[in-house]
Amino acid sequence: MNGSFPDRLVALLENTGAWLLGLLWVLPLLFAVWTAFHPAAFAVRFDLAAPLTLENFVQAWAAAPFPRYLLNSFLLVTSILAGQLVLCTLAAYAFARFEFRGRNVAFLLVLVQLMIMPDALVVENYRTMHAFGLIDSVAAMALPYMASAFGIFLLRQTFKTVPRELDDAARVEGAGTLGILWRVYVPLARPVYVAYGLVSISYHWNNFLWPLIVTNSVTTRPLTVGLAVFSSTDQGVDWSVITAATLMTAAPLLIAFLLFQRQFVQSFMRAGIK
Amino acid sequence: MPDRRLGSQLAPHVHGWLLLLPAVALLAAFTYFPAVAALWSSLHSTPKGARPARFVGLDQYAAMVDDPVFWQSLWNNVLFALGTVPLSVAIALLMALWVNGRIRGRTALRMAYFTPTMLPMIAVANIWLFFYTPGYGLIDQVLGLFGLPDTNWLGSPATALPALMVVTVWKEAGFFMIFYLAALQAMPPSLREAAMLEGAGRWCIFRRVTLPLLMPTTLFVLVNAVINAFRTVDLVVVMTRGGPDNATALLLYHIYEVGFRYWDTGYAAALTTVLVVILVVLAIGQFVYLDRKVHYR
Repeated sequence: MNGSFPDRLVALLENTGAWLLGLLWVLPLLFAVWTAFHPAAFAVRFDLAAPLTLENFVQAWAAAPFPRYLLNSFLLVTSILAGQLVLCTLAAYAFARFEFRGRNVAFLLVLVQLMIMPDALVVENYRTMHAFGLIDSVAAMALPYMASAFGIFLLRQTFKTVPRELDDAARVEGAGTLGILWRVYVPLARPVYVAYGLVSISYHWNNFLWPLIVTNSVTTRPLTVGLAVFSSTDQGVDWSVITAATLMTAAPLLIAFLLFQRQFVQSFMRAGIK
Repeated sequence: MPDRRLGSQLAPHVHGWLLLLPAVALLAAFTYFPAVAALWSSLHSTPKGARPARFVGLDQYAAMVDDPVFWQSLWNNVLFALGTVPLSVAIALLMALWVNGRIRGRTALRMAYFTPTMLPMIAVANIWLFFYTPGYGLIDQVLGLFGLPDTNWLGSPATALPALMVVTVWKEAGFFMIFYLAALQAMPPSLREAAMLEGAGRWCIFRRVTLPLLMPTTLFVLVNAVINAFRTVDLVVVMTRGGPDNATALLLYHIYEVGFRYWDTGYAAALTTVLVVILVVLAIGQFVYLDRKVHYR
């Protein structure tokens, strides 16, 4: 802090700039919170004396089956994550530790999914789901995302760093292929699993297009689609209620993020660095 | 025991493929098959009622060439990419430098920048829809303080697409910041220190040391940002439905409309094929870059 005057001026400018940008970035959210917790009359009138209310949340909660949507979202995210963890672990293990014929070609083919993600193929995937009679089910929403190239890649990189000696030691103790995977590799990759899990949960909690296309009933719709249906069918546009519903949709993930901020950021960094 | 030896030779192949099987089956069903099926259906007419699809050659593509909405959505997508990618990547870099530096309250700032990433696009769309409401929304209220007239941001063709770009930059910059932050933290401090000993100023260090070392990250982020631009659709569905007058129709939204509003699956398949080709071209770009990165290490 004993720099010359221009240095301190630059530092001051940087601090101001950084905080202004930060303010700009949280402002929309703060504004949404304001609108949701105040009566409609104060939706865009910033008066500190304005009465606080939960009425908007009560109305939104009553107007659409949000508890059901919440459950659906939860089921969707957990089944995708469970599928991804199993499939990606097995595939990553194969790529990291087995010298099988066609491995490199297979790996390149897996990476193709990083570029041509399921979003781009909604028309054809809808047709497939229709043919299997899976429309409007959790399976239809989840299946296209379970074999995640990103997850396979991330875990492969991690498994490759496991020393072979641990492998051999477990084999001497009589562990089979899957036993070694379960007892040696999975425990060592735990931080990567956490990182991948958080990224996957954030992505699928927020995913919209594909669930919108394959669901058409209250019993399967996740929160994002439910929110879209709710805000588009609402006749007289009551922004306070819509904003309350919007916050409810974002809340579970947002609260988790605010509480475990450091873990989230580090998970995204860990996942991004590979 | 020849059988046993053959068995142990085959084992890694069999085990490898068995472990891979579940993932490959799903990838085949929901990535490779649909990509090929799209190409196949794009050469056929859309089945209507009792009339099954028949082979029509390149008719769907001929129709595409004559479809003004296709050209407009392609052009919109290019504009959208040009408008969002450089800006969000630049802001992301700035954020990462700040959060990595000696700014006061780094943790709080990092959280502020990253928060939009955690929001569902659909929630973001709802919040911004409210901002953009003519006359009543926050933006017009603020501009009104300066005596500026109300603007129908999402309702006029000139401002609708830029309005979506603003939302996208706001949502994405914090996400890309993470990649820069990871790269900055992995950077050995000795390089900076050496440059400082040489008497280099901060700007000089940034331009000569930091920025070149961040080049691989920048390329990675750029490619991802462009791919993201070509798969943007949630915002359009909620905020504008492609309007006004197709001013905000993006490629994936056009596919969605043709496929699920008009149920013209043959034509939607042709559009899908074009999108896949665009993504593959971008992917090849990334492979070339990844290759370079491997040599570089």
